[in-house]
Amino acid sequence: MNVFHYPQSDINTDLLFPGKYTYTCSTGPEIKEHLLEDLDPDFSGAVQPGDIIIAGENFGCGSSREQPSLGLKHVGVSAVIAKSFARIFYRSALNQGLLLIQSPGAVDHYSEGDPVAVDPVAGEVRVGDRLFSFPSLPDEMLEILEDGGLLNHIKKQYTRGDEV
Amino acid sequence: MGETFAVKILSRAAGKKVREGEIVFVEPDCIMTHDNSAAIIGKFESTIPEGRIRYPGRIAIVLDHVIPAASSKHAAGHKRVREFVREQGITDFHDIGTGVCHQVMPEMGLVKPGSIVVGSDSHTCTYGAFNCFATGIDRTEAAGIWITGRTWFKVPQTINIELTGAFTTGISAKDLILTIIGDVGAGGANYMAVEFNGPAVGGLRISDRMTIANMGIEMGAKIAAFPANSMTSKYYDALGLDVAGAVWSDHDAVYTRTLRYDLSEIVPVVACPHQVDNVVKIEEIAGMKIDQIFLGTCTNGRVEDLKLAADILKGRRVHNSVRMIVAPASREEYLKAMKMGIIEDLVSAGAVVLPPGCGPCLGAHQGALAPGEKCLSTANRNFKGRMGEKEAEIYLSSPETAAASALTGKIQDPREVLK
Ligand code: SF4
Repeated sequence: MNVFHYPQSDINTDLLFPGKYTYTCSTGPEIKEHLLEDLDPDFSGAVQPGDIIIAGENFGCGSSREQPSLGLKHVGVSAVIAKSFARIFYRSALNQGLLLIQSPGAVDHYSEGDPVAVDPVAGEVRVGDRLFSFPSLPDEMLEILEDGGLLNHIKKQYTRGDEV
Repeated sequence: MGETFAVKILSRAAGKKVREGEIVFVEPDCIMTHDNSAAIIGKFESTIPEGRIRYPGRIAIVLDHVIPAASSKHAAGHKRVREFVREQGITDFHDIGTGVCHQVMPEMGLVKPGSIVVGSDSHTCTYGAFNCFATGIDRTEAAGIWITGRTWFKVPQTINIELTGAFTTGISAKDLILTIIGDVGAGGANYMAVEFNGPAVGGLRISDRMTIANMGIEMGAKIAAFPANSMTSKYYDALGLDVAGAVWSDHDAVYTRTLRYDLSEIVPVVACPHQVDNVVKIEEIAGMKIDQIFLGTCTNGRVEDLKLAADILKGRRVHNSVRMIVAPASREEYLKAMKMGIIEDLVSAGAVVLPPGCGPCLGAHQGALAPGEKCLSTANRNFKGRMGEKEAEIYLSSPETAAASALTGKIQDPREVLK
């Protein structure tokens, strides 16, 4: 498992996925080509399923484009741990089924090479030898995450015949 | 204890008293999407094949981002949207040339005071100028709301911004909101609602309020809202609508923070690369050579903005070291500007006028920058790569500063030109 560490604050959606591709790339494989292109050109080639991103304050600020969260989910990033997230990105990640963890303590404690492990249900993240807890999501939101995102969640309800 | 606008409007929508921090499910009154509708359609159809939109009457679609289509791929997206609109019986569809979504929505009377509006665009917060609880969502969530008609919100805490005084010559709403963002920071209002209160609010024109609300997201805000007042009533009267649904906070509402600004103390400012909160007073940067000026966008592309610029450029020439691009925010605004002679003044001065739409704002087509170039723009975002080239620099300013800088080819304090 790799940890990609981008300690700076305010990493915006243009850095995560340049706006000029917004209307020509919408599927996972198309997005992967340009994912984090202007932040870390090596990311797309290096990322593996299960990898984790660690970042500073206000991660994902800017546009409502969902390619960043969709792309990170597509390449199999298991969690983004940041000091805080921009709200549209936060929603978007949940809608894609991408786990976000707000834990300033974990981010501050991390140093290059530390092993990182995440338990979303318990609301715990382990960084090196220390355990940090984070507020777990309300049940409705956990369900969306467990179903693999909003549309899978809706699809499930639809096929069950629930009122959606 | 008094309640905020956000608490009141979400209580009404949820049909019960809600508290800050609580998650509520509501049915938005209006769902706006634009060129990205093509991608939303794909999600909608793969989730419920052959399905119908739950409330087609609540859907509004505006094609504005890459218009006219820049490539066959963009054209195919537009075509898919036109077909879908017919199939689903969506009546509020506005094809290319109508204007930027955030200008078109109020113009068409689609965002009403006291309503809840979501849009698959981060600057949906613009409708806060019209007393809406309006906020951006992503494409996936838009598809979800097309299907289910509902979504969730966490009831936000509120920052109160109290405005007093009046702007002095050469200074306008853009300078105010950039100053606020510089103070609050790019994430300073994250998850929160922002309310504008105080005696100066009554003097702000609708176009000023739109400029201000539009940039709420640049400090992270969920919504940025104004009370409805006589100016709002006048706006809706002209549309044959009313402001009966308007809601506002109580006088004793409890805020997490109150900030105060005296408009008479605001000076021209510029947001420097590559963050909107990187705001400096104009004297710190005046004289910097610029390659392109862009006047337009949902932030500053209204006739009021074009007029501020035309008043400076009338009878003069854009400096030969700089190119100036103008994109009116909508067909209506374009026509008004034509009738007032503003377009003639701008074109005579050497400006290039683009069709009403987003134009160079998002870097997809038109007015792209070369590596190493600098653009002074009246848009709302200066992120690296925003205008299509990551080795270019974007500076944000008011229309007055943009026009004054067009005259000299350098960042120019408009007060010196207006003397
Ligand atoms: S003008 Fe720019 S900021 Fe406004 S909606 Fe268009 S792309 Fe977005």
